[in-house]
Order: sequence, then C-alpha cells, then structure tokens
Amino acid sequence: MNYNWNWHIFLEPNPMGTGTYLDLLLSGLVVTVKVSVLAWIIALVSGSVIGVLRTLPSRTASWIGFCWVEFFRNMPLLVQLFLWFFVLPELLPRSAGLWLKQLPNAPFWTAAIGVGFFMSARVAVQLQAGITSLPRGQKQASTALGLTTVQTYRYVLLPMAFRIILPPLTSEFLNTIKNSAVAITIGLIELTGQARSMQEFSFQVFEAFTAATVLYLLLNFVVVTAMRFLERYVAIPGYITGK
Amino acid sequence: MIEINHVNKWYGPSFQVLKDCTTSVAKGEVVVVCGPSGSGKSTLIKCVNALEPIQGGDITLDGVKVNDPKTDLPKLRSRVGMVFQHFELFPHLRIIDNLRLAQEKVLGRKAEDATAKGMKLLERVGLKDHAKKFPAELSGGQQQRVAIARALAMDPIAMLFDEPTSALDPEMISEVLDVMVDLAREGMTMMVVTHEMGFANKVADRVIFMDRGEIVEDAKKADFFGTPRSDRAQKFLSKILQH
Repeated sequence: MNYNWNWHIFLEPNPMGTGTYLDLLLSGLVVTVKVSVLAWIIALVSGSVIGVLRTLPSRTASWIGFCWVEFFRNMPLLVQLFLWFFVLPELLPRSAGLWLKQLPNAPFWTAAIGVGFFMSARVAVQLQAGITSLPRGQKQASTALGLTTVQTYRYVLLPMAFRIILPPLTSEFLNTIKNSAVAITIGLIELTGQARSMQEFSFQVFEAFTAATVLYLLLNFVVVTAMRFLERYVAIPGYITGK
Repeated sequence: MIEINHVNKWYGPSFQVLKDCTTSVAKGEVVVVCGPSGSGKSTLIKCVNALEPIQGGDITLDGVKVNDPKTDLPKLRSRVGMVFQHFELFPHLRIIDNLRLAQEKVLGRKAEDATAKGMKLLERVGLKDHAKKFPAELSGGQQQRVAIARALAMDPIAMLFDEPTSALDPEMISEVLDVMVDLAREGMTMMVVTHEMGFANKVADRVIFMDRGEIVEDAKKADFFGTPRSDRAQKFLSKILQH
C-alpha cells in the first residue's frame, strides 16, 4: 500500500477557512453532541410517556403504546430519517411542506427528532420492563394510601423503575450518540460528516477516521463515567441493586 | 362500619373467587378472617377498599358505597389503613419519608406536621431511632411495624391487615402482633386476614372462616373455637391447632 501518513495534517489549515483540520473535526463533534443530547431528551421524555402508557390497565392506553413502539422500532433508522426528511414534506399540504423544507437547519432538527423517536421506542420498552419488575404490592400499597394513579407513578413507581433501568439506559444513550452518525445521509455535517470532508479535502482518510474514532470513544467514555456517578448518587442503602 | 352484602367476584369468565359473601364489621370490632390458601380471604379484604373490583353485590364503608362509580376512591381509601403481607414500604424513601408521603400528597398536611405525626407513630411502634434509615436496612418485623405506622399516620377509621405476619421469621412475629394487640385494645376497627389463632383468641370479637370463596362460618370467637358448626372449619382448626 502506498499511503503517506501525515499526522501533522490536523494542525494544517482547512480549505473552509475555519481554522485547522482539527477545528473542523471538533466543530463536527459539537454538532454530534448537540444533536445527540437533543435526541436523547426527546427519547427520554416521549419514551417515558409511552412506557407508562404500556403499563396502565386502560386498553386504549396500552394500544397507543403498542402502536408507537412497533412503528418506531420495526423500521431501519435510515428509512425513518428519509421518511421525515424527504417524504413527510411531500405528504403535507403544499404550503406546510414548503415551510418545512425551508426551515433553517432542517437536517439538524430532523435528525434530533428522527433519532429521538427511534430511540424512544427502546426507552419505552426498558421502562415498561422496569415498572413491571416492581412487586405488584407497591402499586397496591400506594393506591391503598389514597394516592391517585398519577401520584403513584410520580412518587412510588417511576423513582424505582428508573433506578432499576439505569444501566440499560446508559447503553441506550450511547446508542443515541452512535446513531446520530446516520444523519450525514440527510446532510447533517456532524463528526462523521466532518471526517469525510477532511478525507475529501486532504486525502488523509486514515488520520481523519482515526481521529473521529478517538473522539467518539472519548465522548462515550464521558457519558459512561457520568452515568456511573449518577448510578452511585441515586443508589439506595441496603437495597440489592444499590450496591 | 364495613358492610359486605352478597359480594360475587370472578377472575376471568369462569373462575369465581368470591361466592355470595355477606358479613359486616362494626365500629371498634376486631374480626379475624381465616381459611386455607386460595379460599378468597385476601381477595375479600382487598375488595373492601376497592383494590380489587367486584362484579356483584355491594360494599359500604362508613356509609359510603365502595363499588359506586361516583365514589371518590382515593379519598375513601385514605380513610382506611391497609397492611400487606410483604410490607410494601417504598424502598427509595427513608422511613420517615415513607410516613410523610401520603400525609402530604393526599391529606395536604404541612411537612413539619407530617414529620411530627410520623415521629410520634414511630416512637409508638418502637422505631424512632430508625427514622432516617431506608427500608432495606430494617428487619422484616421492623418493616412491618413501619408499615402499620404508615397506615396509622392517615388517622384511619378502620384498619385492614392482609396476612401481616406470613412473610416474617417466627421470632419477629410477636413484635408485630404486639403492636396489633395494642391497636385492638384501643378500640380500632380491624379486619385481619391471618393464620395466627393465638392472636384471634386474644383479641378477636368474631372469626370468619372461608373456604373456596364462601364464608362458611361467621361466629363469635368463643363459639368458633368452642364448637365450629361446619365440618370444614372443624377440620381446619384441628389441623392448625394440633401442634
């Protein structure tokens, strides 16, 4: 193989005039962080609502939860992003579609919402498992004290369910970050996107993707460490999962 | 105080758990419900505060019809204390916070009032020093005493006990029964599902014997232990009093 390694490439100015190639990658990292955090918030909020719906005795509620989960988890993420980005504006009335297409930063918002909803199906299933793993008596005890269903979830069931599913939720957060790379297909220039443009401008493909790999690893390491601290912070003395 | 009239309950289309049950508990009365497992005694007691719905008959509690769709169930339930076989303390809350939760969220008491009331009741069950601990740091007997205190904190007009000592080590049973005996002697209206015939003998006014969803025997304590009318109750008694 005839390849000229050049690790100094990161300190050379990039052709966009925005500083060095390293700056280029770091700006991609910032986009990755922003889109992932937003997607994760969307996933957590909507996934929690859907997860709770799936545990309610109401048929309608669990049917809505079922449809949401099956819709978002049974389609490839790539197809979902294409649907939101290319197909949805065409299905809407002309003016609404046009407005959507002309939104500034459309790839960013589409990616955040698309990845967020995709991940929400997974969060919902995790939370449902967490809630149903609690002893049935917990809900009965809370109900018997006079707490309403909303209060029972808010003060009794969810605080325990979220503690139980914290380790798998960490994996889902990491998946959200990794899945955000799919957004280059709808034109979002995040970390993977910037690595590719660095490769195209400089032809240093190995350096570009080595750097992207290291940055992803560092980012996920930060998340894992932060979640460890969170797990330790909310652990319950004497309780089995709270060692 | 508690009126149970011709109550029928099915699980699914064919399995009848309660068959035409009729009984009552007067104010200040202590009624023990016993019978073999699967006889429907726990189900019956859970129907009293509508933790389990009934399909026929009706139940009234202090003049309020329990199985009326217009009844404010959370309010009704907050007036009846319930103690469960597996304690069902909320594991993520400290002991004192377990006692505060429903006082504040259901009765709207101020934090300092709820705390004062909670501490008074913990002192009564002999656990004042454990107020800041978490449930998992207490023994089973201590947890059950906390559960009784939690129910008492709501100033209930009656108390329901669902096999309160069945999950305890033998040496912890008496510390829980002592608390219950004190309560009974103070004039609390109590409905107690239990196999502790010693407790029944000591404080019960009446004993109800159930078998296969039916109330087979409903008699004054002396009559029940002296000359049970039904064969089934005689057999049951001779078996559990044998040792």
